[in-house]
Amino acid sequence: MASALFYILIFPGFLFVSVFGLAAEYIDRKLCAKLQNRVGPPWFQPLADLVKLVAKETVMPVDADLTIFRLMPVVALTAAITALLYIPMWGPQALFSFQGDVIVVLYLLTIPTLTFFLGGWYSRSVFSMIGAARSITQLFAYEIPLFLSILAPALLANTWSLSEMTVFYGQHPRYGLFNFAGFWIALTALLGKLEKVPFDIPEAETEIVAGSFTEYSGRLLAFFRMTINIEMVVGASLLAAVFLPYGLHLGPLVGFVLYLLKVLLVVALLSLSRTVFARLRIDQMIDFCWKYVAPVAFAQLLADLMLKGLLG
Amino acid sequence: MPERNFTIPIGPQHPALKEPESFNVTLQGEKIVGMNVRLGYNHRGIEKACEERTFVQDVYLIERVCGICSHSHSTCFVQAVEEIAGLEVPKRGLYIRTLVAELERVHSHLLWLGVAGHEIGFDTLLMYTWRDREVVMDLLALLTGNRVHYGMNTIGGVRRDITAEQIPQILAAVDTLEERTKYYAQVATQEMTIIKRLSGVGVLSHEDAKHLGAVGPTARASAVDRDVRRDDPYAAYGALSFNVVTDNHNDVYGRTLVRVGELMEAYKLIRQIVANLPGGPIAVKAPRKIPAGEALSRYEAPRGEDIHYVRANGTDKPERVKIRAPTLANVQVVAHMLKDRYLADLPIVIAAIDPCFSCTDRAIRVRSDVDAMPETMSWPALRAQSIDWYRQQGIDFTQLNRTFMKK
Amino acid sequence: MIRPGKMILQVLQSLFQKPATTRYPFVKAPMPKGFRGKLRFTSERCIGCRACMRDCPAAAITIRKVGEKKFEAEIDLARCISCAQCVDSCPRDALEATPEFELAQLDPTKLKVVFHANLADVEDEPATKT
Repeated sequence: MASALFYILIFPGFLFVSVFGLAAEYIDRKLCAKLQNRVGPPWFQPLADLVKLVAKETVMPVDADLTIFRLMPVVALTAAITALLYIPMWGPQALFSFQGDVIVVLYLLTIPTLTFFLGGWYSRSVFSMIGAARSITQLFAYEIPLFLSILAPALLANTWSLSEMTVFYGQHPRYGLFNFAGFWIALTALLGKLEKVPFDIPEAETEIVAGSFTEYSGRLLAFFRMTINIEMVVGASLLAAVFLPYGLHLGPLVGFVLYLLKVLLVVALLSLSRTVFARLRIDQMIDFCWKYVAPVAFAQLLADLMLKGLLG
Repeated sequence: MPERNFTIPIGPQHPALKEPESFNVTLQGEKIVGMNVRLGYNHRGIEKACEERTFVQDVYLIERVCGICSHSHSTCFVQAVEEIAGLEVPKRGLYIRTLVAELERVHSHLLWLGVAGHEIGFDTLLMYTWRDREVVMDLLALLTGNRVHYGMNTIGGVRRDITAEQIPQILAAVDTLEERTKYYAQVATQEMTIIKRLSGVGVLSHEDAKHLGAVGPTARASAVDRDVRRDDPYAAYGALSFNVVTDNHNDVYGRTLVRVGELMEAYKLIRQIVANLPGGPIAVKAPRKIPAGEALSRYEAPRGEDIHYVRANGTDKPERVKIRAPTLANVQVVAHMLKDRYLADLPIVIAAIDPCFSCTDRAIRVRSDVDAMPETMSWPALRAQSIDWYRQQGIDFTQLNRTFMKK
Repeated sequence: MIRPGKMILQVLQSLFQKPATTRYPFVKAPMPKGFRGKLRFTSERCIGCRACMRDCPAAAITIRKVGEKKFEAEIDLARCISCAQCVDSCPRDALEATPEFELAQLDPTKLKVVFHANLADVEDEPATKT
């Protein structure tokens, strides 16, 4: 019981993942500033923002459905944190694992987007409703490429468990390189999931203020912001576990340091892409995802299937 | 997406707009089906205030019509006054005026490039162009004594001379800026995501541009070959050689190309001015009392043609000042350009005319009850009317004033 | 050549450059010589013609007679628009603009700066020096 509480609340649960999320946000913002030739925020800025938000009054829109409005940020945060429990961090074995946990993790990562939709829709503000509709439209564009690109390596490893996949790629490191295209697909999809430039259409500041989050303030907004940070960490961890499963057998300490570096690499790539692109329009984004990203994801899947056939 | 139409308020307070202005957009899904532009949130009564002040004071007041094209407005105004008074501005004065005007164009267009980047979610472009814009801002602070309100003009000439040591600094700054502008031209024409967001957006055909009376880069991007600097030369433009940049893309992409082209022309002009700077005085003494008369002055501001009308009655105060800022001419085309476009295009299309709502609003008359009111009103009547109007809105300014007085 | 990520080389170069922005209140931004900031009044030179008062667009300056050929100036920094027309209007160069531009105050009374006649060139009121 005590160990379960420790897992959930301290490591790798709430406390660790919150700190890691804030650190990832800091690195994202600082790196972005450096890339834009700015000084950037000091190290405590994400924490200061969070403390400020928590201390502020939470304003409820009169027309909003208050139950859903209040519930959604909590659901989003819970889903994002839970997803991390199934991802291997310090060794090939995750804290919990079972056959099919890949699907569960992907599913848990979809929940925040759904909560953005519901929270935005039930705020009953026009900006939130447009943002919510855009969130869900975008979800259909990136979700399938993301699933395909994560499932392709799983097919090759012949397992639906992330931990077993890590073990498999630890034994056959060269097969990991084979999923190179899948990594970029997943990274693109992750940009869409985290609603970052060029796919920050659902919260396009200059069009619809803050999209789904327009009416959110105070503690509830803090929850949503934490969710996005944690989603970033969890998404990056998933990419690290599936596409960069190296060095995890070298013992917990080395494995864990390597894990942190891999996550930061993914975060850095996300920051880089958000500095060098302009925001696309929703129709252009969907075009791009279905015309280019999804076919490549399919090709990756087919290639993995053929390789598997060749290996017998 | 719901099938029904709904209206979203873009402004008067909205992150896309840097100044208060209201665009009520009717949407069907993501498509814009109707739009209602409401001006007048930034009315400051500057034209009326001009009549209460002397010509010397008005130069500074007029300069504050706009924070970006401050030199444009003050030059346009002093040109009109000089024409009424029959003042011959010395050549050196005219050259320095032109130099500041072109430096202002550089800073305004670089600002626009950054704003355009921000509106399409490309903040990196904003950060870099505004970093490089600091070069020209610092140069203007060095030459004129301020970064924004240069205070360079006075009736009869300019207030500050360009010294010999400043000339190499100007040339060095222009070299840096030219190199950077070439890079931004490359970015704008080669970065795929930018082209995707700009090209084919906010289309304004050549005929519509003429018909709706667009001015400045907005018109020139629709192949309307019109530029006051060439068509009706003022200051030193008659003696300088430059090209009027036009483009036939008819969209926001074309407007970007025109502005980048104008930046390159501005560097050419600045080099010419510096090389041919004539000697002599920079200003003539202007009389305090301007003889009776009227004049209309035209000026090619960075945003388009700026028009000032001044009437003097022989005293030291103008009888009437009328300003037509370029944004007023351009704001009509916005609604036209956005018809049946996506909501996502709205910020960039509004930004593409480089709107300056403060300039536009300073004297718009918004009256819904036109028939009920007499055409001219006396000052006490106007005052009583305004107090009454605000009382109806639930604000009692007389009460407020009293509370402030007590404090 | 049209391609995505045109600025990628530029942004990666910036990683190794000094940032263009500064930590402003800690790192001061110097203004060039001749910048029109806060005004300075030299009482000895003033002849009390009040040309500055007449030309000031914002009615920010007041010249008061405090004795025989002695004048003091009161400048309302909340009204001053830093155009320095008073400097141009003054026939005796009693006024000049200094590059000091950090003039914000929490206490509005500190925005009124009085240059007393007997203490020429030195401000009596502490006003804006920080």
